[in-house]
Amino acid sequence: MKKRISTWLSAGTPWIWMNAGAVAICIVMVIGLLLLLTVRGMSHFWPRDVMQAIYSPPSSSGAVQSTQVIGEFVESEFIVTAQITSSGIPVDDSQEFYERQLLKLGNRDLTGADFTWVLSDYLDDIEYPQNIVALERREWGNFYGYLTEVKEDGLSIPNPLINDDLKIWTDFNQRLERAQDIHDEIYRIQKREIGEINYAVERLRLDERRLQLDEEDTPEALAEINSSRITLNSRYELLQSELQLLYQEINRDTAVFVAANQQEVEIKLSDIVRAYHPNQLTLIAKFFAYFSKLAEFVTDEPREANTEGGIFPAIFGTVMMVMLMSVFVTPFGVVAAIYLREYARQGFVTRAIRIAVNNLAGVPSIVYGVFGLGFFIYIIGGEIDQIFYPEALPAPTFGTPGLLWASLTLALLTVPVVIVATEEGLARIPRSVREGSLALGATKFETLWRVVLPMASPAMMTGLILAVARAAGEVAPLMLVGVVKLAPSLPLNGNYPYLHLEQKFMHLGFHIYDVGFQSPNIEAARPLVFATALLLVLVIAALNLLAVSMRNHLREKYKSLDV
Amino acid sequence: MPTNIDQSSQPTTVNQQSPVIKVDSGRLLMRRKLRHFYDKAASVLIAIGGISVILAILLIFLYLFYEVIPLFESAAIEQVNEYRLENADGSRSLHLAIEEQSEIGMRIGSSGIVDFFDVKNGTLRASIAVSLPNSATVVNFALDTEESGVFALGLDTGEVVVASYGYETSFSGEENTRTITPVIDYPFGEQSFEIFSDTTLSQLAVRTADNSLVIAGINENGSVQLVRASKQVSMFAAFDLDGDDINVEIESFPVQFQVADVSQMFIGGDQRWLYFVSANGLIRTLDLRSIFNGESVDFDIETFLTQGGVRPTQVAFLLGGISLLVADDEGGISQWFVIRENNQTRLEKIREFRSNSSPILRLTPEQRRKNFVSVDSEGYVAIYNTTAHREIFSKDLFAETPHAIALSPRGNTLLIESESGMLSLLNVRNAHPEVSWSVLWEKVWYESYSEPDYIWQSSASSNEFEPKYSLVPLSFGTLKAAFYAMLLAAPLAICGAIFTGYFMAAPMRRKVKPLIELMEALPTVVLGFLAGLWLAPFVEQNLLGIFSILIVLPAGILLTSFAWMQLPAQIRHSIPDGWEAALLIPVVLLFGYLSFVVAAPIEGVFFGGDMRFWISNNLGVNYDQRNALVVGFAMGFAVIPTIFSIAEDAIFTVPKHLTYGSLALGATPWQSLYRVVLPTASPGIFSALMIGMGRAVGETMIVLMATGNTPIMDINIFEGMRTLAANIAVEIPESAVDSTHYRILFLAALVLFMFTFVFNTIAEIVRQRLRVKYSTV
Repeated sequence: MKKRISTWLSAGTPWIWMNAGAVAICIVMVIGLLLLLTVRGMSHFWPRDVMQAIYSPPSSSGAVQSTQVIGEFVESEFIVTAQITSSGIPVDDSQEFYERQLLKLGNRDLTGADFTWVLSDYLDDIEYPQNIVALERREWGNFYGYLTEVKEDGLSIPNPLINDDLKIWTDFNQRLERAQDIHDEIYRIQKREIGEINYAVERLRLDERRLQLDEEDTPEALAEINSSRITLNSRYELLQSELQLLYQEINRDTAVFVAANQQEVEIKLSDIVRAYHPNQLTLIAKFFAYFSKLAEFVTDEPREANTEGGIFPAIFGTVMMVMLMSVFVTPFGVVAAIYLREYARQGFVTRAIRIAVNNLAGVPSIVYGVFGLGFFIYIIGGEIDQIFYPEALPAPTFGTPGLLWASLTLALLTVPVVIVATEEGLARIPRSVREGSLALGATKFETLWRVVLPMASPAMMTGLILAVARAAGEVAPLMLVGVVKLAPSLPLNGNYPYLHLEQKFMHLGFHIYDVGFQSPNIEAARPLVFATALLLVLVIAALNLLAVSMRNHLREKYKSLDV
Repeated sequence: MPTNIDQSSQPTTVNQQSPVIKVDSGRLLMRRKLRHFYDKAASVLIAIGGISVILAILLIFLYLFYEVIPLFESAAIEQVNEYRLENADGSRSLHLAIEEQSEIGMRIGSSGIVDFFDVKNGTLRASIAVSLPNSATVVNFALDTEESGVFALGLDTGEVVVASYGYETSFSGEENTRTITPVIDYPFGEQSFEIFSDTTLSQLAVRTADNSLVIAGINENGSVQLVRASKQVSMFAAFDLDGDDINVEIESFPVQFQVADVSQMFIGGDQRWLYFVSANGLIRTLDLRSIFNGESVDFDIETFLTQGGVRPTQVAFLLGGISLLVADDEGGISQWFVIRENNQTRLEKIREFRSNSSPILRLTPEQRRKNFVSVDSEGYVAIYNTTAHREIFSKDLFAETPHAIALSPRGNTLLIESESGMLSLLNVRNAHPEVSWSVLWEKVWYESYSEPDYIWQSSASSNEFEPKYSLVPLSFGTLKAAFYAMLLAAPLAICGAIFTGYFMAAPMRRKVKPLIELMEALPTVVLGFLAGLWLAPFVEQNLLGIFSILIVLPAGILLTSFAWMQLPAQIRHSIPDGWEAALLIPVVLLFGYLSFVVAAPIEGVFFGGDMRFWISNNLGVNYDQRNALVVGFAMGFAVIPTIFSIAEDAIFTVPKHLTYGSLALGATPWQSLYRVVLPTASPGIFSALMIGMGRAVGETMIVLMATGNTPIMDINIFEGMRTLAANIAVEIPESAVDSTHYRILFLAALVLFMFTFVFNTIAEIVRQRLRVKYSTV
């Protein structure tokens, strides 16, 4: 045995294994993190069964108070008895641990909180009734309860057969569909048409102010502005009255539900986003519901201070910002790399610049944010406002954080990535190829344009993809230069000039920070944040893997040329 | 452009009919010229583009400097005008003041007449007499503060009249012209307060706070009399334009004993302390609260403000009414305030300023910042900031003996009246007096603190707040976070790099490297979110489990390694060398899980079932849920791939013939790694650590989300911190452009920039050297 240990030690095996262990730990950590994100993020959309039970915990006064709980099971854990007793529930000390469950009770308007911890030992009569209804509402979060009747204009719908649940449910669903259609119509009018009118009116105001500033406010010009203002106003009135009607229509139907502890609640159908019987769903129906929720998450706008609904504006904002950034970063990065590698005289200066550029990739991103805020926004933006948008002053147009400045800041942040990648690509192209081209009489630029650049293009793409991946995940600088928690409209919309570079926008990364840390109802928002984080990680991972495979492909391609 | 070149570079000589190429034909010449032109143009454009991108990058550095430099500039003062006031009724100036916009000046004369004049040239705007009781003359003057504008005039009858000066601003007309109208008001009624019925006052002090007024008077015999007036403002006061509805309740408090030899007397800002200063520099205080409560009193503090025959010339309050500024006849000015420690109150000398040795005659505090202006008998004007302990300006500006000085609320205009009644108007440019090296990096004794300390507290609700801009707690927090992150990341990343770069089988390496690169690409906001919302509660509940991993996991790995060696050779050889890491993955999972299982009973036995509770109760160590441990984990995770990939690169690229040589000489793989590969690659590993450190220092989102962001200085692993980067992210959106706070945040950014830039440059140079070395070995 001793000998075995000594051979084991002398060969250095334990150290090798320890090093291998470090790799294993890293691998476990990365994969574990991805799994955690996936499981937490994806499971949120799965429609879970709703439990109904009687909860009767011991109380210090001795009297047992029983309450009915209806809700979804979220998670369970074991806690020490001392911790429970210190929180004021006199449980039996002889048992060392107790299991407690986190239940999502919903009904925030009734109970005040979405979630509650219950001790499993004191739950009785656990059942999963078939006719429990789960509602997703526009306000107050989820609701769980039983549908009892449907009302129209405050009057109960006469029901020929008493207790015909199915009939009530179908009736309810038809009315819900109608309410949702009206809701969509209202949304369209409010957001789209009235939004357009408001935008046009604001532009007219600015035009007028501009004319005054330029001292061109002739009566004719003013009259023209006035007449278009009148047209807009009349259109606005028309839409308003249309809206009035729709509001009356949408508020027609209500439904009466019985929540836990026989509490009766009347809910307007217009407040309901989705209604289903969670305990009746078959596996296929659950899948269907799952994907419908997932689709809503990706394509819808957020509700309830971003804690529910979708994240479409954040996805859109991220994509817009990254695309704009690519427009800035690609030409400049590539030109700088070409200059450094092909045109500049190689020597101490280029070496120093190369080191500096390399280092810039390691400068904290917040420093770029500070630079963007001070230089782009306050200095350049302020100047642009003075020269081009005096009519809007003192309200800033470009002198405030916005899409353009965010893209520029990130372009500056990622330009070293593009330069380094492109330079690497240029360096890999063998000298013989260039010399061949030059020997055939091509000028330096022709060689570059027709021979070198096409060969280096995958490297440029790699650089760009890496830059995009970095930009998409960066949040700290964006917090200073243009991201907001809730943007009123997308930076690309139907209002002239369509692309609004000065607008603030939403961003996936900031959405995670904001909803996870600034929202009032973190517990309810957490699964959504996991889902958002998963989406962000997936996008960035996909971009990175693409870049890696392109780089490998490129290396393989030029290996043969080297020989 | 490309299409043009396309045509031009197309060989036109492919023409079959004419084998002779006319090289000099006009068209070809033209084309060649064009090509040449394109080539030149492209060179120029690319050079311009390339250089401008590089300049843009440099610009970041320059711009940060540009924003920071004004912080350290001195103030500048220039004389604008000199004039004499028209209305010379022969009275002495009791007080001089300037209004907010530096438009109107005010002078309270000893006749009780208040003159408002144009600051620019001295033209009289208005002259308002304070309503005095019949045939009384003014013998004393006391000012509450410049901000409130409340002043008291002591009369020869022993009565006191309290009035206030102020300005009403209105805008009128198309151009929105601003009109400022001076007003004299009587906030506590027009009646006079009787302090003494028979004797005149020798000293007078007044102090208001909200709706209460305290007047202190002392007569020649040294008897002290206090009057307190409280104003009941009715609910409808806002609608009551005449101000008749004020109901003032007056109480008198005679002090039982006499205070001899008083040359100055004043009341502190919170109406707590009454100070008496005698000519020899002795200062005594009475606790007003005990007097108002009817308790018997004695001096709480008796201290000498000056030593060795130096006499105080003027004593004034700094903004906020906490600090006393004591000017003496040898040119020194010292700052004092009351410190309470273990139920003991004492007046402590905080710091001293000195520029010249002539007696300081006048002293005036600034109204928005902790600055003050002093003028000495030789006309030396100096501006100081107390917090920064800095002389911002000092110059011989004035030939005559000064009589009164006034500083405008914004601190940009200074008015000095000479003994002869000549007023001199000076413009002051003094943007960032609060900053000095000592404020940023040394311990500073802030007002009301019992000792000097490093504190970051940039803003508060009150105007009188003393901003505390010490970058030390933030830098400390930055290094603390980086330290704990490196504690996790450095061993894991370097050990991992050693195995991957030297031992690992090539097929596995091809899979592991992209995985680690993916780890690098994970957005830090996701890591921060997981750390703050998932890891922090998890760590709190499984604290012992986390610590037991440190022991259980290495032990488990060693055990596995030993057990593996004991397995029959067939099984061992079925897995080729270099796959140990893959083999260890289930082991890591198993022992990781085991350490949490083992922790629970241990926690139950030794720590009462809850280690977190035990730590804060039995060890007395503060435990925050979002603490350095959590940050260490999350940021360590973010830093691992950076260190890993650079270190791995360095190890992997060590020329193979070196190791082959070593192995051929009979060394074991471990020996050749330890003796040959690591020494060769060590500069690379060092640069990996530097770059990792740079990344940890600058990381923002993780610390922002995974710590409580409190700027404390404590190495305790269970407490949070605030880092430079997180501080910038939190505070810069709310700071006013070009304010001191804004520039200090830029300075913080510059510090971060420099720090990482220096670290990265060292690392990069080391790496380049290494590359050269490898190519020669």
